[in-house]
Amino acid sequence: MMELVCPAGTPASLKVAVDAGADSVYCGFRNETNARNFPGLNFSTKEMEEGIAYANANGSKVLVAINTFPTAGNEQLWRDHIDIVARCKAHAVILCDISLLEYARTKHPELRRHLSVQASASNPDSINWYVNTFGVSRVVLPRVMAMDQIAYINEHTTAELETFVYGGLCVMAEGRCSLSSYATGKSPNMQGVCSPASHVEYIEEGSELVSKLGEFTINRFGKTEPAGYPTLCKGRFVTGDEEENISYLFEDPISLNVSEMLPNFAKAGVKALKIEGRQRSKAYVKAVVQAFKQAVQEVENGETPTLDLTALSEGQRETQGAFKKGWK
Amino acid sequence: MTTEFKLNLGANPFHWDPDKWRDFYFKIAEESCYDEIHVGEMVCAKRFPTFHKQIDEVVERIQSCGKKPILSTLALIISNGEINVNRKLVEKAVKNNITIEANDNSAMHLLNGVEHVIGYLVNTYNESTFDLYAKGGATRICLPPELPRKSIKAISENKKSTAELEVFVFGRLPLAIATRCYHARHYKLPKEDCKLICIKDPDGMSVETVDYEEFLVANGLQTMSFTCANLINEIADLKNIGATSFRISPHSFDMIAIAKQFRMVIDEQISPNEATAKLKEICNIPFSNGFYYGIEGHKLQL
Repeated sequence: MMELVCPAGTPASLKVAVDAGADSVYCGFRNETNARNFPGLNFSTKEMEEGIAYANANGSKVLVAINTFPTAGNEQLWRDHIDIVARCKAHAVILCDISLLEYARTKHPELRRHLSVQASASNPDSINWYVNTFGVSRVVLPRVMAMDQIAYINEHTTAELETFVYGGLCVMAEGRCSLSSYATGKSPNMQGVCSPASHVEYIEEGSELVSKLGEFTINRFGKTEPAGYPTLCKGRFVTGDEEENISYLFEDPISLNVSEMLPNFAKAGVKALKIEGRQRSKAYVKAVVQAFKQAVQEVENGETPTLDLTALSEGQRETQGAFKKGWK
Repeated sequence: MTTEFKLNLGANPFHWDPDKWRDFYFKIAEESCYDEIHVGEMVCAKRFPTFHKQIDEVVERIQSCGKKPILSTLALIISNGEINVNRKLVEKAVKNNITIEANDNSAMHLLNGVEHVIGYLVNTYNESTFDLYAKGGATRICLPPELPRKSIKAISENKKSTAELEVFVFGRLPLAIATRCYHARHYKLPKEDCKLICIKDPDGMSVETVDYEEFLVANGLQTMSFTCANLINEIADLKNIGATSFRISPHSFDMIAIAKQFRMVIDEQISPNEATAKLKEICNIPFSNGFYYGIEGHKLQL
């Protein structure tokens, strides 16, 4: 049966996910070692220790994400946290930086190493290099891949494959995007943030609401339009020379939902399904874990999964992203 | 012995007419002061077949002009076609003794122990990563443009390997890459039938905010800065903190004249101010250096 990998932004969410039957829970520390380094989220060392103990005692596995690139001259912070993960007996550590993979491989060979989506390993040659050089057991695939490409990779590597199936959609290759730092000075790779709230501003101008990131206008919303968060790649822009050519050039303000395709993931050889959303509430985590748990069981039984997630999408539109024909 | 500082030209990130592309590199080979010249396609595999014949000619010309050619690989490799293009390119280069610039980890297994360059699209953020790539055979490593001075200095001070430390000093900044083509989207063409429409914009297609502020440019699958990174004022500082090579990224304007200004500043023959005035005459895109100072990349700190 495919493994369900669920988000936990807080110790309370971890407990909820474990209780709801998550096979695995992923989480990270409260600092820049974590690509979801958002205010009010994440785990202290003590909370991580307790969370892992709780999950281990209740039949769930904890995967700890140390998925930013260590700052030059301060690599020790990242290494210390790998030591903590090993000491707490987490099931695996999720890494992207090759020096950390090498550190984990030599210092904690018994700790499973998963390759983070931030490593942007998108083909068998790249994945097999990570497997052979750093002993990576599992790879989290970029969200930009199609089903036949996933199946092809599965045929050509021994690594387990994990894919995103629900939640936020990165349209750019993950781990290779400095759009956020170009506008705000803060980047996913270094500070673990993307389009950070500290640089967001909403301004009312007449009947319009303007959303800004740093100095740049990311969108303008009319009275009847729902105003979304100004994530840079989900904004409206003017392209080319014609002034009227305004569009969501990169991606619509939309989230990923490929739940209908769960049987195809099983056929393509995907080992684990990942749900995005460490910034989401406990109620969300509980509902999404329960719904997907049931759906995965249905797939296992050869049935068509019946997944009703409308209550969870919070009115946001959804897409099958790169899995949909013509998306590219 | 004094350090020899190298000035290198990157692979052209844009899509140009193949003959124009060839003539551009011929002229660079013959008339410019670049030490090493990168050629190849980093952004989109669909562009590659249009100029792969010209690549061999250009490589030969660069060699016959006494300069060193480097073959650059694709940055995002997903489809079978892309995987095969990448493998063939690397295998052929290794066989013919041409140095490869890896812009992705996909070719590492073929390059292990073979002299190569690590490009700025590979994530070398710290000294241990720098040393690991050097251990695998990299003799020059170009750091990601987003790295601030503090990181460049720390890498230089703490690295153990002797690989050249290269910094991206001029050109529109590569900010993101996707499987989606933004040129095709703009022209409402399916990606499979894009007609290589990106050829229309030799320096990228303008992407402005809805308030018509200049912000980014689209280059097929790649998103770049609207501003042109320019670290001419920081060259002296970069030399002091341990950079040994400087990377310039091609544009449609006079890249030979650009090289000349950088070379003279590196050799301390003219002041950065004099050079800046000249650079402004050659390039009409506003300059930025924010990444170097750890602030917003689009900003220019004077």
